[in-house]
Amino acid sequence: MSQLMNPPSSSRIKVRPATEREGRKDYISIRDYGFWYGQKKALDAISLDIPERQVVAFIGPSGCGKSTLLRNLNRMNDLVDDVRHEGEITINGRSIYDPGLEVISLRRRVGMVFQKSNPFPKSIFENVVYALRVVGVRDRAVLEEACETSLRKSALWDEVKDRLDDSALGLSGGQMQRLCIARAIANRPEILLMDEPCSALDPIATGKIEELIHELKDQFTIVIVTHSMQQAARVSDRTAFFYLGKQIEYDTTEKIFMNPSQAQTEAYISGRFG
Amino acid sequence: MATSSDSNTPRGEAWVWFSGLGLIVGLGMVIGLLSLVVLNGITVFWAPPVPVANVDDGRTIIGQLAQRRVRAGSPASEPRFELQYQVGLRELNGNSYLWVDEAKIKSESFPADVLGLERVENGPAFVRPQSLRKSDGKLILVADPAFEVAFQAEVNSAAIIREKLIEITRRRIGDVNGEMDKARVALRRAEDLKLAGEIAALRRQITGLEERFASLQAEAKTVVDRGAIASLVSCDASGREVVVPLIQVIRAWFPNRLDTWGRVKLFVSRLGEFIFDEPREANTEGGLMPAIFGTLVMTVFMSLMVTPFGVITAIYLREYAQQGPVLRIVRISVNNLAGVPSIVFGVFGLGFFVYVLGGSIDQLFFADQLKYNNNTPVFGTGGLLWCSLTLALMTLPVVIVATEEALAAVPRGMREASLATGASKWQTIREILLPASAPGILTGVILAMARGAGEVAPLMLVGVVKLAPTLPLDGTAPFLHMDRKFMHLGFHVYDLGFQSPDSDAARPMVFATTLLLIVLVVCLNIGAIWIRNRLRARFKGASF
Repeated sequence: MSQLMNPPSSSRIKVRPATEREGRKDYISIRDYGFWYGQKKALDAISLDIPERQVVAFIGPSGCGKSTLLRNLNRMNDLVDDVRHEGEITINGRSIYDPGLEVISLRRRVGMVFQKSNPFPKSIFENVVYALRVVGVRDRAVLEEACETSLRKSALWDEVKDRLDDSALGLSGGQMQRLCIARAIANRPEILLMDEPCSALDPIATGKIEELIHELKDQFTIVIVTHSMQQAARVSDRTAFFYLGKQIEYDTTEKIFMNPSQAQTEAYISGRFG
Repeated sequence: MATSSDSNTPRGEAWVWFSGLGLIVGLGMVIGLLSLVVLNGITVFWAPPVPVANVDDGRTIIGQLAQRRVRAGSPASEPRFELQYQVGLRELNGNSYLWVDEAKIKSESFPADVLGLERVENGPAFVRPQSLRKSDGKLILVADPAFEVAFQAEVNSAAIIREKLIEITRRRIGDVNGEMDKARVALRRAEDLKLAGEIAALRRQITGLEERFASLQAEAKTVVDRGAIASLVSCDASGREVVVPLIQVIRAWFPNRLDTWGRVKLFVSRLGEFIFDEPREANTEGGLMPAIFGTLVMTVFMSLMVTPFGVITAIYLREYAQQGPVLRIVRISVNNLAGVPSIVFGVFGLGFFVYVLGGSIDQLFFADQLKYNNNTPVFGTGGLLWCSLTLALMTLPVVIVATEEALAAVPRGMREASLATGASKWQTIREILLPASAPGILTGVILAMARGAGEVAPLMLVGVVKLAPTLPLDGTAPFLHMDRKFMHLGFHVYDLGFQSPDSDAARPMVFATTLLLIVLVVCLNIGAIWIRNRLRARFKGASF
């Protein structure tokens, strides 16, 4: 690999300097990971480490495999028929494909927020405490406390505290997405996966969610897939760029946006393709 | 404009007209059928004036006009009509309906003294009363001003006597007979097992029951004798004397004297009898309560059985089974089950449910009953349970298909959201998928109910009878007798229309029964739709 010295081409994008925290540098470790949908290879030889309690953004054009990789981290792709994988993903040193690890307990540790907000047709309260209900928590006080904590963390508490028993389907789009975040963090997972969480939201709601990501990264390791370069730059500590199922570059966000080492990365972030 | 004459013409608009035409034809057929049934069904209970008609062959007819139709063979340009009169008095006339050529009727009058009688036996009668023998033996002539009041009073007291007689013969003697049967079975068992103490006790019990039976019969006899005195002497159209014991009279009215209010009261009273009473006269008269009740209970049980089976099957097919060619074959088979003629389900129900399942239940739990009661089966014969199960099986495909569609329509996002929080597949199904697809499942149940409630053919084989002596629900444990045979409105329609000795007499009842069946199905459906709409309201605003 030749080290091309590119001038900082995307100085228009404001980059937040990476915050260094204590914790494992290879909290999530992906090694030579490949993934097939039937005959189609969606991911090819991905290797990257995600440090504990940092925000990592996956960027790249549509169909580049970033969402596929994200959905493999909590094995949501197991739901799709006729898929297979090679290589290894470990979380805190343990393989997610370990036969001794129930996929259910993996998903309890790895929460997920989807592109399209998908609240259940239940009350706001029941939506937030759903993850606790499924593990069998019946104590009303515990549920109420978890509900309030999660809603506060997701900056929704003040807006809904008086109508927790109303249907979640009456909320606005941005509120619904924050509710989904509250639901994902209610059982205190270690990792939060976000698949284009703001793609259907207006700029104000987007701003709120980005604020939220900053708040949350003190406690969670966050992986976010986004189509917005600005968003990746604003929220993430590290950024991975994918193209056609391959990992082109993975580095600190500052480096990717200010001084990418690959020509393809530079072309993409400066808007010349993708 | 000329060059682009067709550019602004919407293409395919003609098909809109075709679809509209199809709608009109469909609606027309439905409305036509419904109005035919409703008109004919409702007018059965209305009492119109009754004419006395003189025919030019010298006959006189007193009868209620039943229908008017074009004579067979008359030219279409000048149709000749014939009239059907319900003259009643089947025991004298041999037939209670009469066709008369309209042109041959010389004169028609509506004398006020024509009396209509509804009788326990031999159908209705239209007569001109002469005198009344009261229960104290006195005779009142029709000319006496006290006649009408006395007549009404005697009819009412005769009704009370009749009720009492029914109470004695049907209820109390029936109870004694039931106990006697049980005691005899127990006696045979005791004799077989040589239980001396029990034999003696049972013999004593049977003697006691026989005494009770004899005393009840004596009581019934005195009641009959008391009721036999009061009678009405009248003459029919041709002047023959007709004596009707008043205990036979269910309802009496002067059709040419009634005002509208009186006719409405008579209508309501007849409608009430139709809905709340038991049938008489080989089902051609009286009410339909046992059939209404039987249809209702059977349909409800069918729904209660088909829903869990159908939903569980659909969940397995949709959520758990490996999608592939095998599953596709299973699915095609399930769909084809809906096309199997219902009589085939009846034969299957008879062979499997009644003989195999019912027979095994009898062998296992009612062995004594079989052994000591002339092999009389309990569950090994047609009954409510087997009817419900047979129809549940028949309507299963409807529920399965509807549930599968409903499950497939639940947005993928909801499913994924639930799984992503760490819920298991079963928790996702129970907490998210089933509540969200409940309205769709209920649509399937509604369709199944509509089909099941109107089904007749299979029921004839597995437990519906023309006349059931007892309702499936009564005061003796276990209160709901799933093994009993029952009556059903659909079968009632068939029975009246095609198995009745007097098809003219049965005709109005066929319409009334059909109307009742339609009303019942509509009520059941409205109930289910109400539940479904309440469920839907919960998910309203779902923006997936």
